[in-house]
Amino acid sequence: MSNYALPLIWRKFPERYNLLGNKCTNCGRSYFPSRKICPNCRRKGHLIEEVMPKEGKIISFTKVFSAPEGFEEEVPYFLAIIELINGVRLLAQIVDNEDHKVLIGAKVKMVFRKISEKDEESPIAYGYKFKIVE
Amino acid sequence: MSLKAKVGIVGYGVYIPPYRIKIEDIAKAWGKDGNDISKSLNVYEKAVADFDEDACTIAVEAAKNAVNDFNIDAQKIGALYVGSESHPYAVKPTASIVGDAINAGPDLMCADLQFACKAGTAGMQICYGLVKADLIEYGMAIGADTAQSRPNDALEFTAASGGAAFIIGKNEEEVIAEILDTYSYTTDTPDFWRRPKADYPSHAGRFTGEPAYFKHVISAAKKIMEKNNLHSKDFDYVVFHQPNGKFPLRAADILDFEKKKVEPGLLTPFIGNTYSGASIVGLAAVLDISKPENMILLVSYGSGAGSDAFILKVTDNIKNRYSKNKVKDMINSKVYIDYINYIKHRKKIKG
Repeated sequence: MSNYALPLIWRKFPERYNLLGNKCTNCGRSYFPSRKICPNCRRKGHLIEEVMPKEGKIISFTKVFSAPEGFEEEVPYFLAIIELINGVRLLAQIVDNEDHKVLIGAKVKMVFRKISEKDEESPIAYGYKFKIVE
Repeated sequence: MSLKAKVGIVGYGVYIPPYRIKIEDIAKAWGKDGNDISKSLNVYEKAVADFDEDACTIAVEAAKNAVNDFNIDAQKIGALYVGSESHPYAVKPTASIVGDAINAGPDLMCADLQFACKAGTAGMQICYGLVKADLIEYGMAIGADTAQSRPNDALEFTAASGGAAFIIGKNEEEVIAEILDTYSYTTDTPDFWRRPKADYPSHAGRFTGEPAYFKHVISAAKKIMEKNNLHSKDFDYVVFHQPNGKFPLRAADILDFEKKKVEPGLLTPFIGNTYSGASIVGLAAVLDISKPENMILLVSYGSGAGSDAFILKVTDNIKNRYSKNKVKDMINSKVYIDYINYIKHRKKIKG
């Protein structure tokens, strides 16, 4: 995380630490990350903050061998599309698991981990990842 | 609130990373006899944090378990202290990150503590004082570490990762273990240290035994028992700081505690020394199996040096307020890694 992105990262703490998204009180749909307007209800929509559930299941996954800058030391690692129990989907890293347990449909729960750190003098970005629950 | 109200533990949570390395694998990498080392230390494997874990993430996971398992409103936590010797920042508190991650802020007293392996129990003492003085409703004290050790140093066989969070409160319906007394024994004893820019701690070898660990642990235990007119036979369990699997057994022997009273809280043989987490993860393991009226003696030790002693009495509330994430289950949930993966995980390869 470079210093110039610090305000951006800081604004995302509630989202990254606690899966804070929002919900439209008109149609009942939940969104993560938060939306500015409800794409379903448009001007009739009314969005309020909503903390997403911390459990879900894997919809799809990939194993990353060629990582972007900052993640080189972690290869190989899993990235997955996760469907939370309220139906909201998000992309996250899967950690702590033996390869054969990472499967479509596997149940997962959120864990709090380091996302990135540029170098030893830079601030650390923390946030959500997921692990398989048995 | 009367100063005589029961103050004690109202909730606790533990986090032990699932990765393990066997001591024999570390020994093999350095041409040593793993069986000899395991037997001499009474340590067989240790918990290893993943690439993306540090004392802060461990503290958050332990804190979340404490809040969720014991149904505590995090917004009512008035003070939060994180003790560690591996805080991810030299300047910038771990505690404020934990506070936001469990949604305890912003009305929150907060600080990071450092006293080698006893910073977690120092936090418990501060919270106990604040709750007893009626300044806060709940206080959370955390001890968490990703313990550092120089490759091929004696510490490498034991230095592990893990932590525990304890919530101190006074609600009579919530206190699961009343803190009857606490006492600390402190001297300037340089047995183990790490200067600010050093990657790994240094230690004074055998000097860490008699004048350091044993002098402080035994003195603290004896004095708090004398002060309360109690004896080893009055306790059901005793938990000591556990830099290896041998020291606590010897301390128990010196203090005339039966082996069966120390073994339930002695986890170093299976997860290694989690430094600031070591004694309080042991306490959590004992609370996992405790019954009402059980008496527990907890004695931590931090190099530098000091010991914090606590006398705890388990209440009836433990029958319906208990941890859903048992320490035993976390110990048994493990994935073994080899030495190469271990040094990658702990970032011991420098580019």
